[in-house]
Amino acid sequence: MTTRPPIPAHPRLGIRLAYRLQRALRPRRGLRWLSARIEASGLARPLFTETERITKQTLFGCRMCGQCALPVTGYVCPMGCPKELRNGPCGGVGTDGGCEVYPERRCVWVEAYERAASQGQAADLRLLHLPIDHRRWDQSSWLNYWQGRDEGLWTGEAAEAGDTGDDAPVPHHQPALGGS
Amino acid sequence: MSLRDRLTSGSFAVTAEISPPRGASTDPVTATAALLRDWVDAVNVTDNQGSNVRLASWAGSLATLQAGLEPVMQMTCRDRNRIALQSDLLGASALGIRNVLVMTGDHPKFGDHPEAKPVFDLDSVQLLWTLRHMRDQGAVLSGRALKPPPDCFLGAVENPFAPPAGFRADRLGKKVDAGAQFVQTQFVFDVAAFENWMAQVRELGLHQKCYILAGVGAVRSRNALDFMRDKVPGVTVPDDVYRRLRAVPADQTAAEGARLAAETIQQLREIDGVAGVHLLVAGNERAVPGILDEAGLAAGRAESGSTRSGSAQSVRAQSVRAQSVKAEYGR
Repeated sequence: MTTRPPIPAHPRLGIRLAYRLQRALRPRRGLRWLSARIEASGLARPLFTETERITKQTLFGCRMCGQCALPVTGYVCPMGCPKELRNGPCGGVGTDGGCEVYPERRCVWVEAYERAASQGQAADLRLLHLPIDHRRWDQSSWLNYWQGRDEGLWTGEAAEAGDTGDDAPVPHHQPALGGS
Repeated sequence: MSLRDRLTSGSFAVTAEISPPRGASTDPVTATAALLRDWVDAVNVTDNQGSNVRLASWAGSLATLQAGLEPVMQMTCRDRNRIALQSDLLGASALGIRNVLVMTGDHPKFGDHPEAKPVFDLDSVQLLWTLRHMRDQGAVLSGRALKPPPDCFLGAVENPFAPPAGFRADRLGKKVDAGAQFVQTQFVFDVAAFENWMAQVRELGLHQKCYILAGVGAVRSRNALDFMRDKVPGVTVPDDVYRRLRAVPADQTAAEGARLAAETIQQLREIDGVAGVHLLVAGNERAVPGILDEAGLAAGRAESGSTRSGSAQSVRAQSVRAQSVKAEYGR
């Protein structure tokens, strides 16, 4: 794994611009073709990966987990959370929105919520992020994204894993007030 | 009656908490379980609470089970990767431990080994999803089949009071979608704020998919009150509660704290969608019978056909034994 410990980072890219870039850089034929060429090259690939590292480290405090969640976290990196939580904040967020571990820094999920909600994207935070693949640290997530390898990172249907019905709790009833 | 049956039957559930000892004996757990057995439906057994090394949660859960009380085995994401976590669920299920409570866990920074490597390979939502997958799909994350698959009743935690306020009910929704069948909340001192959160929870229909147990704590001293207000991550003590507990003489703080807990339980019972309470009283288990008595829950529970035969007197005698065992092994 990376040697850089996770520390909450305040993003230096405004959220509007971030979403605009996201739309511009969606995987299209041209980008798919270009990314395949970069990936195939022994020289271009490390150069490109290093460029991504410097850019995203500067803008988002990126640690190169290689499976980028930024598009659905209001462009605040969840891997800056000291617990590397990818599905929302822990219960220890301070009343001022400070991180439990680094109280002088803001919780990445508080920032993520504010930024996403400011653009009407708060629903993004409801997506279920699946466990990450730790073999992908230090890979270029841009190449992974354009090559379509990031598609299983999160799902909108958390319940997909077999809701057979039997184990789902049935609606319960309120006890009569003051009685048994 | 098991916790699951209690909740399914629709009667008000009560759970409490035991923190295992720092030592190689389950005797303190057994003594505390004997004290609580007739008063609560199940008891959480903490997993290296506050990032301090303690007897393993599974071992404490097994001792609780053997003492005749149903355990809720806590499982944090802090110390074990996905291989160890899945393995632990199999072990627990094989030993008869059915209730598993999944939480992120405190950061190692706050415990007695701040230099330790924080694992957090999975987060709490992912762990819930993994455990449910093991149970319902009969397979581990790698896809390999489990013969037989584990049986488990999955719990989660939520803090209704921590920012971002607009996302806290949604976060519970994610946990429910991932597999949570019951949830225990952080300390409720601020009932009005809790009601706001419950309104959001009901709007999302989560109270019909998941049993909600509200966390209630009993403050036992002024020091504990200050510690809770200033030092415990994620706990909010409103000013009126703080003033009320400071207004009584210091030797009566515990009694006032218990009274406040009983009143809080009564208020929480009236909130639509609250299926029970979780007493956060680790280290102060003696207070449980008194609180439940005053909250009017003790009598109601004996009637409901379980084995609740405890009286406040016999519990006091048991608690003396529990305390001496604790003194022997250190806490």
